[in-house]
Amino acid sequence: MKKYLLLFRGGDAHRMEEQKSPEAWQAHMQKWMQWMKALAEQGKFAGAEPLTNDGKVISKGLKVTDGPYMEGKEIVGGYLICNANNYDEAVEIAKGCPIFEQDGIVEVREILEGGM
Amino acid sequence: MVSVLTKIFGLTNIEIAEDIVHDVLLKALESWKLKGVPENPSAWLMAAAKNKTLDFLRHKKQEEKYARQITPLLQSEYTIGHTLNNYFSENEIKDDQLRMMFVCCHDSINEESQIALILKTLCGFSVSEIAKAFLTNDSTINKRLYRAKEKLRELEIKFEIPVPSEIEKRIDQVLKALYLLFNEGYSSTEGESFIREELAAEALRLCLILSQHTAGNIPKTLALLALMYFHGARFNARIDDEGNILLLKEQNRKLWDNEMIQEGIILLNMASTGDLVSTYHIEAAIAYEHCIAKSYNDTNWKNLLNYYQVLITLTKSPVAELNSAIVISEIDGPDAALNVIFKIELADELKNYYLLPATKGDLYFRKSDMIKAKYFYDIAETLTSSPFEKKLLRKKSNMCT
Repeated sequence: MKKYLLLFRGGDAHRMEEQKSPEAWQAHMQKWMQWMKALAEQGKFAGAEPLTNDGKVISKGLKVTDGPYMEGKEIVGGYLICNANNYDEAVEIAKGCPIFEQDGIVEVREILEGGM
Repeated sequence: MVSVLTKIFGLTNIEIAEDIVHDVLLKALESWKLKGVPENPSAWLMAAAKNKTLDFLRHKKQEEKYARQITPLLQSEYTIGHTLNNYFSENEIKDDQLRMMFVCCHDSINEESQIALILKTLCGFSVSEIAKAFLTNDSTINKRLYRAKEKLRELEIKFEIPVPSEIEKRIDQVLKALYLLFNEGYSSTEGESFIREELAAEALRLCLILSQHTAGNIPKTLALLALMYFHGARFNARIDDEGNILLLKEQNRKLWDNEMIQEGIILLNMASTGDLVSTYHIEAAIAYEHCIAKSYNDTNWKNLLNYYQVLITLTKSPVAELNSAIVISEIDGPDAALNVIFKIELADELKNYYLLPATKGDLYFRKSDMIKAKYFYDIAETLTSSPFEKKLLRKKSNMCT
C-alpha cells in the first residue's frame, strides 16, 4: 500500500461561503465530509487539512513575501493523504472529490517512501 | 458523557474521558455560579464537553499514542466538527450509554466492581460518593475501579452492543447489575439517604434506556423495569419525617405514586409475552399485588403465596422462603409460618441475615410470647449496622413486656 497526496487547487470551498447561502455551504461541506468518511471506512483515509487563503513565500536570500501570488484557481485550498495501491486507484479516489462541483482541480502525487 | 467520550478515545483511554468530564463539570460550576444555571443544563454540559474534546484532539492529534485509538476523521479539520457533532447527537448518546452498560457488566469484572464502574462512568458519581453509598472508603472504591479498568484493557473488551447471538447471555448480567444497583438504593438503609435515592433513580433510568433499545427490549427488561416502578412508587412513603422506617402496614398508601404504579402495570403487561418467566416477572407481580391493595388487610395473600412458591422454585432462595413465611403467617397464622422458618433457618445465606430473627420476633410477638419475641429482636439488632433498623428493633423489643 502506498500513500498519495491529493492537492486541492482552486474551487476552494472556503470562498463559497461568501458566494452562496449558508444552507448551500453546509450542503457542500456535507459532501466533503461524506466523501472522507467513506474513505475512512474503507481504511483509505490517512489525513487531510484545509488551508487558509493567505500565505507566505520564502525565496532565495530568505526573502519573505505575502501570498503564493497565484491565480485564484491555482491556489492550494487543502490536501488529503490517502492509502492506495497505485496511481489508478488514487485517481479513482480523487474523482469522488466534491471539488469538481466547483471548478477546482485535484493534483494527485505519490508520496516517496524511503527515498530520502 | 463519559460513554460518548469513551467511544471517541477508546476504552483503553477511559481516563481521558473521565478527565474531560471532570474539567467540564468544574467549568460548569464556575460559570453557573457567576451567570446562573442555564436553561438547559445538560445541553450546556454536552456543548462544553464537545468543545473541550475539540481542544483536546487538536492539541493531541500529533501524538501517535492516541492516534491509533482515534478515527482519522477526528484528526482532520475537514471532518472533526461534523464527526464530533454526530457523536454528541441524542440517539448516539443513548446507544453509547447502552454500550457502556454492556462493557461495565462484562462477566470478567466482579459484581461489586461492575456497580462501581456503572456509577462512575454512567451516572457521574464521584469516588467518594460511591464510597459513601457502600459504606466504605475512597481507596477501596479506587481499587475496585482500577482493577475493573485493568480488566477492560487486558481483555481488550470492545465498546459495543453485543451481537444478537451473545446478547441473551450478556443482557442477564446487565439486568442483574441494575437490579443490584436498584436494591442498593431501595432496600439498604445504609449510607446517606439522598445518595440512596439517586442510586435507585439511576438504576431506573438506565433500565429505561435499555428497554427503549431494540437490543434490550425483551420481556425480562420490561419486568425488571416494572418492578422498579412498583418499588419506586412507594419510595417516599417508607420513611417518616424523622427518618424512621415505616412498615408496609404503617405506610400511608395515599403517598404512593399512582402514576408510577400505573406505568408499572403497563410495563408488566408488556412483559407478559413469550413463555419465559424470569424472577423479575415474579418479583414485579409480588410488588404489583402490594401496590394495588387498598389497605394492608385487603392484600391478596393467596396470590402472593402463589407467586412466592414460583419464586422459590426458580431461585431455591431461602430468603424467598423467609418472605413466603410472612405471607403464610397472614393466611394461616404465626405457627404455620414458624414451621416454615424452622425448616430453612440453618441455611448459610440466612446465617447473619438480621431479617430472620426480626421475623421470628414478629411471629412470637403475635403469639404473645414476649420473652422469645424480645430475645429475637435483640439478636436482630446486633446483626444490622443501620441505625434506623436498630432503632426500629429497639422500639419493638421495648414493646415486649
